[in-house]
Amino acid sequence: MGRLKAYLKSFMLWELLLGLRLTGRYLFAPKITVQYPDEKTPQSFRFRGLHALRRYPNGEERCIACKLCEAVCPALAITIEAAPRADGTRRTTRYEIDLFKCIFCGFCEESCPVDSIVETRVYEYHFEQRGEQIMTKDKLLAMGDKYEAQIAADRAADAPYR
Amino acid sequence: MSTEATATREDLVTVEIDGQAYQARKGQMIIEVTDANGIEVPRFCYHPKLPVAANCRMCLVQVENVPKPLPACATPVADGMKIFTRSDFARDAQRSVMEFLLINHPLDCPICDQGGECELQDLSLGYGRDVSRFAETKRVVPDPDIGPLIATGMTRCIHCTRCVRFLEHVAGEKELGGIGRGEHTRIAAYIGATIGSELSGNVIDVCPVGALTSKPFRFRARAWELVRHPAVAPHDCLGSNLMLHSRGGQVLRAVPAENEEVNEVWLSDRDRFSYEGCNSDDRLLSPWVRDDAGEWHEASWEDALKRVGTGLRTALGNGGGDALGILASPSVTLEEHFLLAALAEGLDCPNLDHRLRQLDFSDQERTPLFPWLGCAIAEVEAADAILLVGSNIRKEQPLLGLRVRKAARAGAAVMAVNPVDYPFAFPLAARRIVRPSAMATELAGILAALFATRGETPPPEVQGLLADIRPTPEQEAMAARLARAERPLLFLGMGALSSPWLATLRLLVALLAEGAGGRWGQLPDGGDAAGAWLAGVLPHRVAGGVGRERVGLDARAMLAAPRRAYLLYGCEPDEDFADPLLTRTALGAADFVAACTAFESPRLRELCQVLLPIVPFTETAGTLVNCEGRWQEFRAAVDPAGDSRPGWKVLRVLANRLELPGFDYLSADEVREAVRARVGDRTPRNELAPGAVDMPAPGTGLERVGDVPIHAVDALVRRARSLQATPDGQWPRVVRLAPEDARRLGLEHAERVQVVQGEGSALLPLVVDATVAPGAVWIPAALPETAGLGPLQGAVRLEAAD
Repeated sequence: MGRLKAYLKSFMLWELLLGLRLTGRYLFAPKITVQYPDEKTPQSFRFRGLHALRRYPNGEERCIACKLCEAVCPALAITIEAAPRADGTRRTTRYEIDLFKCIFCGFCEESCPVDSIVETRVYEYHFEQRGEQIMTKDKLLAMGDKYEAQIAADRAADAPYR
Repeated sequence: MSTEATATREDLVTVEIDGQAYQARKGQMIIEVTDANGIEVPRFCYHPKLPVAANCRMCLVQVENVPKPLPACATPVADGMKIFTRSDFARDAQRSVMEFLLINHPLDCPICDQGGECELQDLSLGYGRDVSRFAETKRVVPDPDIGPLIATGMTRCIHCTRCVRFLEHVAGEKELGGIGRGEHTRIAAYIGATIGSELSGNVIDVCPVGALTSKPFRFRARAWELVRHPAVAPHDCLGSNLMLHSRGGQVLRAVPAENEEVNEVWLSDRDRFSYEGCNSDDRLLSPWVRDDAGEWHEASWEDALKRVGTGLRTALGNGGGDALGILASPSVTLEEHFLLAALAEGLDCPNLDHRLRQLDFSDQERTPLFPWLGCAIAEVEAADAILLVGSNIRKEQPLLGLRVRKAARAGAAVMAVNPVDYPFAFPLAARRIVRPSAMATELAGILAALFATRGETPPPEVQGLLADIRPTPEQEAMAARLARAERPLLFLGMGALSSPWLATLRLLVALLAEGAGGRWGQLPDGGDAAGAWLAGVLPHRVAGGVGRERVGLDARAMLAAPRRAYLLYGCEPDEDFADPLLTRTALGAADFVAACTAFESPRLRELCQVLLPIVPFTETAGTLVNCEGRWQEFRAAVDPAGDSRPGWKVLRVLANRLELPGFDYLSADEVREAVRARVGDRTPRNELAPGAVDMPAPGTGLERVGDVPIHAVDALVRRARSLQATPDGQWPRVVRLAPEDARRLGLEHAERVQVVQGEGSALLPLVVDATVAPGAVWIPAALPETAGLGPLQGAVRLEAAD
């Protein structure tokens, strides 16, 4: 009996029809494909994208060269050199993140005592030349300056959960 | 420890700590017993090398039948005492103390240099609360500037007073103190004063928090990034053990390595901060060769070595090995010294020497195997009488000065026969401050008095020396102290070793030591002075101390009788020689001068034809033999800078180029073993074979006292920027003259004087100084200001400058 049923089903292309039914359902269902780059998915305020170094409202850079991010980085992507600045404060003379090494774990952000190094929502970037993957201190500060409003808003949104 | 070995049964008590019984000596503090048995008790103010203050209260423990917690560092053990270090009661007390300490301690660990190696940070993890109950504002203390070596962050201070106790009890100079009370307590230096102690860097180590940190190292790196390399300091004959901390191929700081027998746990500032010189702008980074037109060109090693080869061969071809003079710094490694001696042997050149600051070589055949201390360094503190002859031990060998100070505090009579009344950190029981030429007369007086007190007649070979000597009461008193002492020690410092009457002084000191039943030692400059003797960098002995068949010219003679060619090794003509003027003349007249040097200078460029870049001690493997005969090896901490190469490799390849046999060493270890084989088990004897010496004629004119300032001893130290900015680096650029001489010469009100010494002269500020012996003029050497003068000691004339 079972054999006969299977024979008939295969003869009548029953499984094909089942498949076509699913296809038909999706043909008329509302689409979930995001039409990148015309459309973009929503992001969490905890999104971990490209890094930035922030400044205080008075323009002073936040980073104090404590080197905790360098110490905590599991991929050894951060390189810091420090020295006293002319006014005697502790500052970095070099702050570099190698984006080829970075795994975007966010530990640097977690470890920072002054909320200086942060990961922004920026994830769209590319490199054309060797060496461009090194985020230098200037590039990081420029990122911070550009996205400060978004960065500050994201920290504020996350604050109640911390 | 020796004290434990001598403890008898009656000295021992049994205490119970955390339920377990331990044996302890009577009178020991609880914390000493817990430390010895690996039981952890938190502490801040307690330091095993400092007197107990018991003011941080962190080490509170519970003792049975005592209602309150007791500080473990100040509570002596008693028999049957039951101590609880981890009971709830003890823990509660410790946690409460931590909470009090953190009330005023700022939460600035991220910008604090101590972060990562901070005792407070570590202990607060175990004993601190995660939130503070203290809502009021914290105390803020202004940071005083206490000099170029130590950075202050006094808000972080927890008033443990370790720094105060170190400077007062160990260094012997009360430069820091606590002022104010309660919350207003501050640790401060005298108003406007910098810390001038030559041991000041140690307060950085003893400070448990970030209140006192290293200024040259400020903000450079974190403790966890640094790679540690054990090394040995080459700046004095002690060979202090240290740990070089490097990061990214650069030495960033030096800290002491504990060695109870050499430097205990301390380090002198010179040894601690000299690493700064390694990265100075003066570093020679590649070989340089001067062409026939006199122009300097950067060259490859190949070309430079070829040039040295042809230069030496040409000079030798004209006059045999005797035409060459080899002058080596006493601060380079044993391996370099040995290869240099072997190179000289290969070239059949007997003229080599490392005693660059010596003037009298007449007794060199009779001296011991190497200039040694006469005893172990640790034995110095057990001496009960010490006589310093021509020694500013505090600045010349700072950590040996510390041992002498310990002996003085234990009751030893420390005496001095010096041309200047140096400000020692210990009281002198007796002193004779006399002009350099009268030092021998003083010693002869003491010797005569010593024979008189013992009722002996001097042996015949000495009688000539003591013929016209009538001991003065002071000399008799000094002789009596030496005679009374059970373990007297006599030291010849650089003031005696660079004296034109060294042979007389050395013989008299040896006779005094023999007469008093004690030991005598010498304190030469350079970290490998002893090694240079063992390796045979001498005109009269080859490696192992065996006499040379053909005695060559010593350091002074080979300059006085100029050679055709010179090879300078690690030394600079203006600063490292007893007579810079003579050195310049001799080198300037030579056909060919090559220098192996880590640093360049205009003078080297002026006098040399080839400069070969060698490296300072941080970049080479090697061995230094200290004044007690201890061989201390170390490895390179970082790679050689630029194209420079370790000296032993340079010498090896140079010898290969010259086609000399026997230079096939593959490592510094092999070279060291070769020296060891040559030295065998020879050790120096503490006696001097008697020989004919003359008493100096009584001096009439002014005599120069040419001390080398503490931070000018070798090329590396001279380039350590922070050290040069200290009071010790800045202070000595003046002429000091006794008041009576100033009056006699009418110079009382002169601000500057023209110093005339032989051909040379210099214009220097004048300071009238009562600590200088009449007849003596204290003019520092090894400084650019005095490079135009003649020998370190000798006749000198002062003229009023208009």
